[in-house]
Amino acid sequence: MVEIKEEIDKHILEAINVHAYYGDKHALDDINLKIIKNTVTAFIGPSGCGKSTLLRMFNRMNDYIDLFKKQGSILINEKDIYDPGVSVEDLRKNIGMVFQKPNPFPKSIYDNVAYGLVIQGIKKKSILDEAVEKSLKQAAIWDEVKDDLKKSALALSGGQQQRVCIARTLAVEPKIILMDEPASALDPISTNKIEDLIFKLKDKYTIVIVTHNMQQAGRVSDKTAFFYLGKLIEFKKTKTIFTNPSEELTERYITGRFG
Amino acid sequence: MNNQALAIQSLRYEITEMMQMVLTQLNKAHDALLTMDKELANEIISIEKKVNAMDINIDKACENILALYNPLAMDLRFVLAVLSINKELERIGDNAEGIAKYILNGDITSPFSNEVLLEIEFKSMFETGISMVDDAIYSFVNEDTKIAKWVFGKDITLNQINEKCPKVLTKLIQEDPSQTSKYLYLFSIIKKLERVGDMAKNIAEETIFFVDAKIIRHKVDKYNEKKKG
Repeated sequence: MVEIKEEIDKHILEAINVHAYYGDKHALDDINLKIIKNTVTAFIGPSGCGKSTLLRMFNRMNDYIDLFKKQGSILINEKDIYDPGVSVEDLRKNIGMVFQKPNPFPKSIYDNVAYGLVIQGIKKKSILDEAVEKSLKQAAIWDEVKDDLKKSALALSGGQQQRVCIARTLAVEPKIILMDEPASALDPISTNKIEDLIFKLKDKYTIVIVTHNMQQAGRVSDKTAFFYLGKLIEFKKTKTIFTNPSEELTERYITGRFG
Repeated sequence: MNNQALAIQSLRYEITEMMQMVLTQLNKAHDALLTMDKELANEIISIEKKVNAMDINIDKACENILALYNPLAMDLRFVLAVLSINKELERIGDNAEGIAKYILNGDITSPFSNEVLLEIEFKSMFETGISMVDDAIYSFVNEDTKIAKWVFGKDITLNQINEKCPKVLTKLIQEDPSQTSKYLYLFSIIKKLERVGDMAKNIAEETIFFVDAKIIRHKVDKYNEKKKG
């Protein structure tokens, strides 16, 4: 079994000559890129460009799709995550994911956040209590929920649910956090809180965020990758992409001249 | 705090630093002229290099903020004001550098006499110009439009002094034609000071735009005309 957890401390996440297919549909076409530690990288592009497909390859979420096939390699610190010896469970402990639609379990706030630790076999209440508090604080929601952690997570607002989901991800101490349009289902104030949270989390985590909101990419990310029809068109510092992109297609997309 | 807040804070710091550098250049130019001090003149040139570099950095920072963060309301006015003020500061620096070059190139062969300086009210003119820039900077940094309006009043004073200069200098040239070249340089310095006053006024106008969202460009002259009359 490949020991991904300790290797990830260096972690550069890398895609090498990656192709992806859903049946006959060629969803990703020869993608090569590297994600640097403790940065926020945004994937942008029109619907169907492949950005979510690539994101989900980083923690093998596409494994569950029958028609999905891939070529090329996804490396975490030079170890291919699709190698036969890789534990997908371990992989997902170290690469957490936050989805577009908040998906808290039908459990209490406490049990949601503690879940990942409980299934690892951690039972001691003091350890769980500490981890839950730490994660909810990191997710900037502790003050709002600390007085009633037994409350069902489903009773929270959308923005609060999403932050509880982020806390749940953080509780298992990943190194990389993947976010697939984490704020697109939320109101502007909740979106603001999620973006502020991303800014705070960057010090300790590496974050990759898919967003269809270009302005969000501008606000939160250090580097931006622009995808179109399955190809990676341009991948540079966000300020360069937004002030002086090299590719005409990128310029047309960010200035809204597409289509 | 987020990326936008950090970027705006950083821009505020940079423009404030540039303001201080330009004010230092003006003060050194004043002192350097009294004794034709080449060392001070060299210091002005040295600061000018930094001012020019900052000019480019600030422009780039403004571009990045506008592109990345779509600032609105006061944040937007702040960035737009900084873009304008940056240019004014750079020009003030150019004027100070111009004075320094006159000293370093030996264009002005010897210090101006106290009598000449008194007659053209050099001290009063220079000090008014510097205090206008100082007030404009203070008003921007403290978002105080009351102080910004002081600048317009002082501009009247500066213009009144300047208006007398051509007659005074003509008289001085007629009295001693051998000093013509020197007096022409003095006239050029006076024009530079007048321009510095205009730039201070522009900075004050940008501050009022930033803080109060009022555009008073072109209305200031009418305001000053009223006060004169």
